[in-house]
Amino acid sequence: MASAGKALLVLALLTGVYGFGASLYGARSGRPEWVDSARRAMYVLTGMAATAFVILDVAFISSDFSYNVVASGSSTTTPFLYRVAAIWATQQGSLLLWILLLSCWSSLALFLTRRRVREIVPYAQAVLFGFAIFFTGLVVLFANPFDTSSPAPTEGAGLDPLLRHTTMMVHPPMLYSGLTLLLVPFAFAVGALVSGRLGAEWIQVTRRFALGAWLCLGIGVLLGMRWSYTELGWGGYWAWDPVENAALMPWLVATAYIHSIMIQEKRGMLKVWNASLILAAGTLAIVGDFLVRSGILSSIHAFVSDPTLNISFVGLIAVMVIGSIGLVVYRQDSLRTEARLESVLSREGVFLLQNMVLVALTAVVFWFTFFPLISEAITGTQVSVGAPTFRPFVVPLALVVVALAGIGPIIAWRRVTPAKLRRSFAFPLAVGLGTLAILAFVSGVTQHVFAYLMFGFGAFVVASVTQEFFRGARARRAMTGEAPPVALAALVRRNRRRYGGYTVHAGVAVALIGIAASTSFQHQRTATLTPGHSVRLDGYEIKYVRPTASATAQKISFGAVLSVSKNGHHVTTMQTSYGLYPAPDPTHPIGRFFNGSDESSVALHAGLTRDIWVDINPNVTNLQGLISSGDAKLSTALAQAESLPAAQRPQALNVLYSLRDLAIRDLAERFVTHPWASSFLLEVSPLVMWLWIGAIIAALGGLIALWPMPPVSGRHRRGPLRSRPSRTAPSELSPAAPEPVRERELV
Amino acid sequence: MAYVLICVVLAAAVYLISAPLRSVRRQDGTARSAAAVAELEAARDAKYREIRDAELDVRTGKLSDSDYEAVDSSLRAEAVEILHRLDEARDDERIPSNP
Repeated sequence: MASAGKALLVLALLTGVYGFGASLYGARSGRPEWVDSARRAMYVLTGMAATAFVILDVAFISSDFSYNVVASGSSTTTPFLYRVAAIWATQQGSLLLWILLLSCWSSLALFLTRRRVREIVPYAQAVLFGFAIFFTGLVVLFANPFDTSSPAPTEGAGLDPLLRHTTMMVHPPMLYSGLTLLLVPFAFAVGALVSGRLGAEWIQVTRRFALGAWLCLGIGVLLGMRWSYTELGWGGYWAWDPVENAALMPWLVATAYIHSIMIQEKRGMLKVWNASLILAAGTLAIVGDFLVRSGILSSIHAFVSDPTLNISFVGLIAVMVIGSIGLVVYRQDSLRTEARLESVLSREGVFLLQNMVLVALTAVVFWFTFFPLISEAITGTQVSVGAPTFRPFVVPLALVVVALAGIGPIIAWRRVTPAKLRRSFAFPLAVGLGTLAILAFVSGVTQHVFAYLMFGFGAFVVASVTQEFFRGARARRAMTGEAPPVALAALVRRNRRRYGGYTVHAGVAVALIGIAASTSFQHQRTATLTPGHSVRLDGYEIKYVRPTASATAQKISFGAVLSVSKNGHHVTTMQTSYGLYPAPDPTHPIGRFFNGSDESSVALHAGLTRDIWVDINPNVTNLQGLISSGDAKLSTALAQAESLPAAQRPQALNVLYSLRDLAIRDLAERFVTHPWASSFLLEVSPLVMWLWIGAIIAALGGLIALWPMPPVSGRHRRGPLRSRPSRTAPSELSPAAPEPVRERELV
Repeated sequence: MAYVLICVVLAAAVYLISAPLRSVRRQDGTARSAAAVAELEAARDAKYREIRDAELDVRTGKLSDSDYEAVDSSLRAEAVEILHRLDEARDDERIPSNP
């Protein structure tokens, strides 16, 4: 089926080229049938990409090592679910996944807009086909997943042990979904700029795609953090790794965008800003993909560097940047604002400030992410940039964002009087300041000032959102007489965008409280312990009870059982292990089990107030002598067996391999029976759980905001703003409309 | 097997993609006005949403009554203007209105 896969990719490329040409021809000639035909070409391209993806994944599942990507990224011993997911662990397979997701979202967007924004769609369609051509061209010409070898190897290299984590099933597709979804509003922004239809409609038809991108990227980033925390064994969840930042940057810009488009929808303002934001977000999505694929910056997440792909990506990014700037400059007169900011003390004012801070935050992350490359270009040395470099800039900006997340919900659009401002701010401000005062009284606040400020600001946000829910439900209850839970549910159901957004604010504030607490008040130490000995950390006594070990032909694992107690009371028993996978090195038949890839399995006792986290780094130097002598003896015996006549060779080799497996098991057994010391990294981190809880709350809020609502005009047909009862329709908007109906319709 | 699959895919692709070209519909000159109507309908919906938001703001105590009256009357005037333009655009277009 490899030839069918190759042919499908070529057909997909040709379909993309046709779709691109037909879209532009239809737009220029005013012949909509060509645009319709091109839209169908996108559906067909999606079908081809899906079929190619299925063919390749079946090859992974059935361990068909004639495919080069299967041989390099999977093995017969790889568990079934990881074989399903191994497709996106390879450069070629992940490119195919990107094409599939991009074409799926493009098809969905084009289907939903098939009778709308007719002047914009042909150009947006051409841009989406442009992306499809680029990525399909890459897989056809430079990274074909259907390349095969003959004869096929009998066994594959296997999936990288670090990727054997349940998150592997969801994390990469989520990130790719987020990045590819961002290209939809990007394409429609280009379409709007080219066609000159710069009203709010293109924003309305693509808002859900931007929100979906924000949600998918957010979930993807969160899953990556969880993966890092439980698998990588360095003790944290965010390392400011270039590939992590690659997902964070478009997420930050998308956050700014989904706020600022509300101003354009309501006031006709910020057209240049919104167009620029989404063009930047789309470009950053491609930059993010480039960082993952190019390996130009040192990252544990990146694929191996490929100069051909790098040049292609740089070309695409250059076209996107130059084209975006050119279009905005070309349309600057049409992008002039229709209204003015009436007051800085308004939601528009808060959104504007929030936008500027988010863009500044993105600029900081961008600068420090690429700083190693810049320093290398200037000095010839690629410097390493880590958390201490980012924090002094990121933390104050994050504080401002959190404060604005609390102010936004409680301030009205357009204008607000000082009296109303005082009334709206009284409760949230009291909660925020009260939290700060209590913390200052309890702890003295002699250090970690930013963390304490984050607690105060976070409490302010949660209070302001709670107040909004309470007041909204109370207003609805006053009009309808519904029970409080019913009124609250109805309020959210009828105003999903608003209350979904508020929920996101609360979730983000809670998550940032968790981040501030766990990074500022974390207790961490390393300790070298022998069985029976213990170490104290933040009031906990952590005892190394006994070593553990296991060995198979695929993996040798050394671990420890630990007992945690506090004030003499047993808290929990934990188990951590360190797995070693054999290297493909025939010259060291035993040593190769200690020289291959490794993985950590962290011991984690998670709670609402604190996490206890332990990772073992076993000391196997005591086994080195046995390993070396085993290597020497077994190598000699294997060489002798290889020189035997063909009829006797298999039996001799089988005996030797059985002896090798016995030796490996004996080495593992020695780790358990001998009280050797092992090194441990131990952590007690407060409130980490609230990072995950806050993120889940934010994701739920995002889902609420994303959930479709009936059109506003449709709902008003039942009420006062009936669209068109007669030719003299405007009188329908008279304030004399029946008030009870109006109230029920509006809240 | 692979060749059969490719031939089937190719035939299906050509059939699906060429369908709109086989039943050519003439451009009736209303595309631009239809786009204008769609844009105005989007503006109308946004304005309605803004009116609803102002209502909710006053009911949740964020907006004073005097501010609300000023904002509301200004929003309604803007909505009336949009509806006028929508009427005109629909007259130009002469197509049934979208809800």
